[in-house]
Amino acid sequence: MSDETQSRVNDFVIKLANVNGTGSASANSLLMKSIFRMGIPVMGKNYFPSNIQGLPTWYEVRVTRDGHTARSGNVDLMVAINAQTYTQDLAEVSAGGYLLYDSTWQRSRELKRDDVTVIGVPLAGLCNEKFQGARARILMKNVCYVGVLAALLDIDLDVIRTLLEETFASKVELVKSNLEAIELGYDYAREHFDCPLPFHVEPMDKTAGHVMIDGNTAAALGCVYAGATVGAWYPITPSTSLMDAFKVFCHRFRVDPDTGENNFCIIQAEDELAAIGMVMGAGWNGARAFTPTSGPGISLMNEFIGFGYFAEIPAVLFDVQRVGPSTGMPTRTQQCDLMSCAYASHGDTRHVLLFPADPAECFESAVTAFDLAERLQTPVFVMSDLDIGMNDWMVPELTWDDGYQPDRGKVLNKEELEQAETFYRYLDVDGDGICYRSYPGVHPKGAYFLRGSGHNDKGQYTEDAGEYRDLVDRLRRKWNTAKELVPGPVISGSSNRLGVISMGSCDGAVREAIAQFERKGVSLDYMRLRAFPFSETVRRFIDDHEQLYVVEQNRDAQLRTLLINELEPDVAKLVSMLHYSGLPINCRFIIEAIEASLDKGVAA
Amino acid sequence: MSFIRKPNIAYKGQRTNALGLSMRDYEGGMSTLCAGCGHDSITSALVQAFFELDIEPHRVAKLSGIGCSSKTPAYFLSTAHGINTVHGRMPAVATGANAAARDLYYIGVSGDGDSLSIGLGQFAHAMRRNLHMLYLIENNGVYGLTKGQFSASADLGTKAKKGEVNEQPPIDPVKAALAFGGSFVARAFSGDKDQLLPLLKAGLKHKGFAMIDVLSPCVTFNDHEDSTKSYAHTRQFYHPAVHTDFIPPAEAITINYAEGDVVTVELHDGSKLVLCKVQPSYDPHDRAAALSYLEKSEAKGEIVTGLLYIDENRSTMHAVNNSAVKPLREIPYEDLNPGAAKLVELQSRYR
Ligand SMILES: Cc1ncc(C[n+]2csc(CCOP(=O)(O)OP(=O)(O)O)c2C)c(N)n1
Ligand code: SF4
Ligand SMILES: [Mg+2]
Repeated sequence: MSDETQSRVNDFVIKLANVNGTGSASANSLLMKSIFRMGIPVMGKNYFPSNIQGLPTWYEVRVTRDGHTARSGNVDLMVAINAQTYTQDLAEVSAGGYLLYDSTWQRSRELKRDDVTVIGVPLAGLCNEKFQGARARILMKNVCYVGVLAALLDIDLDVIRTLLEETFASKVELVKSNLEAIELGYDYAREHFDCPLPFHVEPMDKTAGHVMIDGNTAAALGCVYAGATVGAWYPITPSTSLMDAFKVFCHRFRVDPDTGENNFCIIQAEDELAAIGMVMGAGWNGARAFTPTSGPGISLMNEFIGFGYFAEIPAVLFDVQRVGPSTGMPTRTQQCDLMSCAYASHGDTRHVLLFPADPAECFESAVTAFDLAERLQTPVFVMSDLDIGMNDWMVPELTWDDGYQPDRGKVLNKEELEQAETFYRYLDVDGDGICYRSYPGVHPKGAYFLRGSGHNDKGQYTEDAGEYRDLVDRLRRKWNTAKELVPGPVISGSSNRLGVISMGSCDGAVREAIAQFERKGVSLDYMRLRAFPFSETVRRFIDDHEQLYVVEQNRDAQLRTLLINELEPDVAKLVSMLHYSGLPINCRFIIEAIEASLDKGVAA
Repeated sequence: MSFIRKPNIAYKGQRTNALGLSMRDYEGGMSTLCAGCGHDSITSALVQAFFELDIEPHRVAKLSGIGCSSKTPAYFLSTAHGINTVHGRMPAVATGANAAARDLYYIGVSGDGDSLSIGLGQFAHAMRRNLHMLYLIENNGVYGLTKGQFSASADLGTKAKKGEVNEQPPIDPVKAALAFGGSFVARAFSGDKDQLLPLLKAGLKHKGFAMIDVLSPCVTFNDHEDSTKSYAHTRQFYHPAVHTDFIPPAEAITINYAEGDVVTVELHDGSKLVLCKVQPSYDPHDRAAALSYLEKSEAKGEIVTGLLYIDENRSTMHAVNNSAVKPLREIPYEDLNPGAAKLVELQSRYR
């Protein structure tokens, strides 16, 4: 085997172009899962339309022995099943790559590229001969190309068989027909082509201790483990699966074994205004409550978010961001709600944001968010996105420390209220800007009247200039307390000259790009932000560097704007690298952008 | 809302209830509403209702939206928690609060603008869920707090203080409640405490969403001639269809009612409502009949009042959700968290 070929083992990208609603999703996840089961790290991204049936959909599988978590930007093998997008799909293949298509029908002659090897397999023809019924034939055509790929890429058929048996469990007939379809494709490919291709898979042992999980499922688990009991929501892509998962987990773990009662309450609200209102009511009443949503939902929730900030009610919001503005592209990813969440609602407001970088961090962030919301008595946002929320990511197995106890914050219980001489809801007893609260119904002495209108430290209505200023200044003090309570940045490198600042789902692509620069002798430090507000460490990192690339996925450099607004740094040293196509950011984009900037620097 | 606290002075001969509390213990801050505002009469009826029902004040949660009417929770039960939410969105907050702890008395006070204009959606959905709470609309046909614009309950042809005539039909909260699944639907008048008091008590004891539309004149912006929500107009066209007597669980029915005109409804806690019908054929369990009666009376210009419909057995939000009786915040964390071992087990499906 040549070096060139060896270098491609377990390191290539397959992209599958399908028609939405034809069952391709399960075939594609079977493909990805089999590679994962062979011990080889994989990344999978689903690019689906906002449609139930008929529009084009793509799935990208990156086989990555080095465990990268982002897209590379290349396509080595295109599985072009959708005739509608064939031209575009062919154009996207990297030079030297392959394209597999359904040769049951002749493809147009003009569609040719000299630098791409085309492989035709009569998928429909084979399946029509073998299976009965239109629906079965369509479904099996997808499974059949997995068989072809198994031959071309050397995927272990036993692994596929085991996966099918697990998936269909008791439905023996389905296991049988799926296996037939796999073998149909597998045998055809072995017969007609040189198998395997130069790039293919070889078993490794690099996925032990890992799982493939999406961020919404992980966040829902985080809510369960954090002890959240009230969830209110209104369906919206890409956040819906978070509440779906929470419901499933609650029915599994939260039904009281003695009484049969639900130790949770999930309410599908009439809209997002109501959903966040319900969260406020539950938070006021002492339950850990949350709502998952996306940009349009955040827009609707604004009035209540300000209410929560001003009246100081704990609440957790998951913003699984999608492309805006307006309805935007509901099934595409972006980090476009940073500004609208950081300063959500009218008046002077500031909100705590957490930036998970992958599903494992969604799990952790969920727990942190509830602790922070109750400690700080304020709404806290977990800023996920469609890429993290809906794609299965390979992450280290989620772990839990049974010693964890939730931080319910400063709450006076019945005995403490009984003992207390006086209780004033908004009195800053400890000087950290955080006051003591009491739950309704606990003790007459704990009673207070909560309002979103002007109030003094006793909780009484006021329109007094001084009392108003005292209140908002205390909220500012609380904000300063928050800076050191939120998770700090993750920093690597110490060149102290050039660096990258980023957050969330950009992380994998950034780290891969930095590693590539390192190999070329260019050192880049890296600060990954995990939360807003920014701590002193964040300020220091910026101060210590000459040039910083701020990588983010939106058009308007929202993260950079936040940094500038909050820290007032020398703005010239913050250079924006903006990716906002709606597809998850890839490593090549970052490399090219930084190279261009470096070249410009040399020229100048 | 109040920053003026009333002095709590005990005076001789003060009546106390079963808890040893006096009416004063059920009062709140000093009202800052206009003198003569209908809303204040409702407040005083509420104080009496809670007092006579022997409810511990701190076991009540008071909620409201925004408006003059929404200020009233500050004027009763000063030792109960209150929450003055945002305009038109109190039902959502009440839903979440109720979801978190179902063992409190929930009372929501709203206005016609708050519930029928900006908040119509949430009002409807709270009824659809049959949220367990007493919900009052202090209905004056205008937006009091923003100085007298017509609200969605303004009647056709009614005249604003500045002379403008309302050309749009009103949304009647009673008819809306009947349509949206309200399980306790009543109308009262702030000027008739005798009728209002038993309705408030019945509403507090009803298991489910008890909606009372209380006509409550705004003396400043809607009490003039040609206003259909004035004291004078309301008194003139006021038409009680059903008179309600509230009988607490332990008490026997002592009044002698005329045969045939009486329906007795037993509530979940054992209290009884004796509904004495002014119109002998009226059946407060028949929703369709209630609607048709309302339409007919409306055509005659009558303002029908009383407990117009009740379904004491409709499932509440909690019954539908099978949610824990205990407040969720009191469930030990250990019972909420599945633990590390379960997490390992669960993840086998993600491998
Ligand atoms: C979002 C929003 N829009 C407008 C207002 C202004 N506003 C305050 S109270 C009110 C109307 C209240 O009318 P109603 O509920 O009938 O109460 P009333 O004062 O008549 O008792 C309005 C429009 C507001 N507070 N919030
Ligand atoms: S303006 Fe009208 S509703 Fe408001 S307090 Fe005065 S009388 Fe009452
Ligand atoms: Mg009004």
